[in-house]
Amino acid sequence: MSLVLFWCFALLMLVFGAAVIVNRNPVASALSLVVSFFGLACLFILLDAYFIGIIQVLVYAGAVMVLFLFIIMLLDLRTEARRKINLIAFAGGVSVALAFFAQLYLVIGHLGDARKSFPPLGSPHSDDVRNVGLTLFGNYNLPFQIIGVLVLVATIGIIVLSKRDLR
Amino acid sequence: MVTLGDYLFVSGALFTIGFAGVLLRRNIIIIFMSLELMLNAANLSLVAFSRFRIQPAGLPNYHAQVFVFFIITVAAAEVAVGLAIIVALFRARRTIHVEDITSLKF
Repeated sequence: MSLVLFWCFALLMLVFGAAVIVNRNPVASALSLVVSFFGLACLFILLDAYFIGIIQVLVYAGAVMVLFLFIIMLLDLRTEARRKINLIAFAGGVSVALAFFAQLYLVIGHLGDARKSFPPLGSPHSDDVRNVGLTLFGNYNLPFQIIGVLVLVATIGIIVLSKRDLR
Repeated sequence: MVTLGDYLFVSGALFTIGFAGVLLRRNIIIIFMSLELMLNAANLSLVAFSRFRIQPAGLPNYHAQVFVFFIITVAAAEVAVGLAIIVALFRARRTIHVEDITSLKF
């Protein structure tokens, strides 16, 4: 059962991930990105990481996606015209990506743990959010505060960048 | 049964798709989306390892999940800043094609 679900969601994620880079229309790319991240969130939930799965849907489908669509519509981007493809650069890019994937495949094949399946959890009902929260506010309290400052800096930076006369 | 290798394989495939997008596409917004795909591929393998390295109490290793939480936060901030930079670039140059932006080319 979990095997079938795993491959369904993995294929959904990979097919729509490929659609992101194949589509010529940026809006179609952005919507494919949402579906791909939805499949990824389902994979997180299959791995018993409920909190991360929900955060994935909220942040990516909710916030990041709206931002992308908003910018695409603001810039009024149409489907891009067909340009002459530099064939050598295209072949080079594809071969570098394929070489990278082959290398990754070899590394995973040599990893001893890769053949083992996942050990069962202690209890089927885990308080996932509670445990993540305890770790986050216990062991990682200082990094959490620093992240808050980082988000504030990002907000101020965006406001400065969006000013009309950028000096 | 689903093994750890299956998750690592899928994560590697997603990373490769993002990598190919960064190398092949010329639209700067699509390049940005491919960057997001690569970040999320890394998240997937982190969560898979978190579930695999189970703690003595029978719980997943939550340190990895907190790491993923931080990555998602930073990625969201990065998307906002990056899109603001793209809008500023578009205002100045009226293009988002990387081939038309060659001021820094040696």
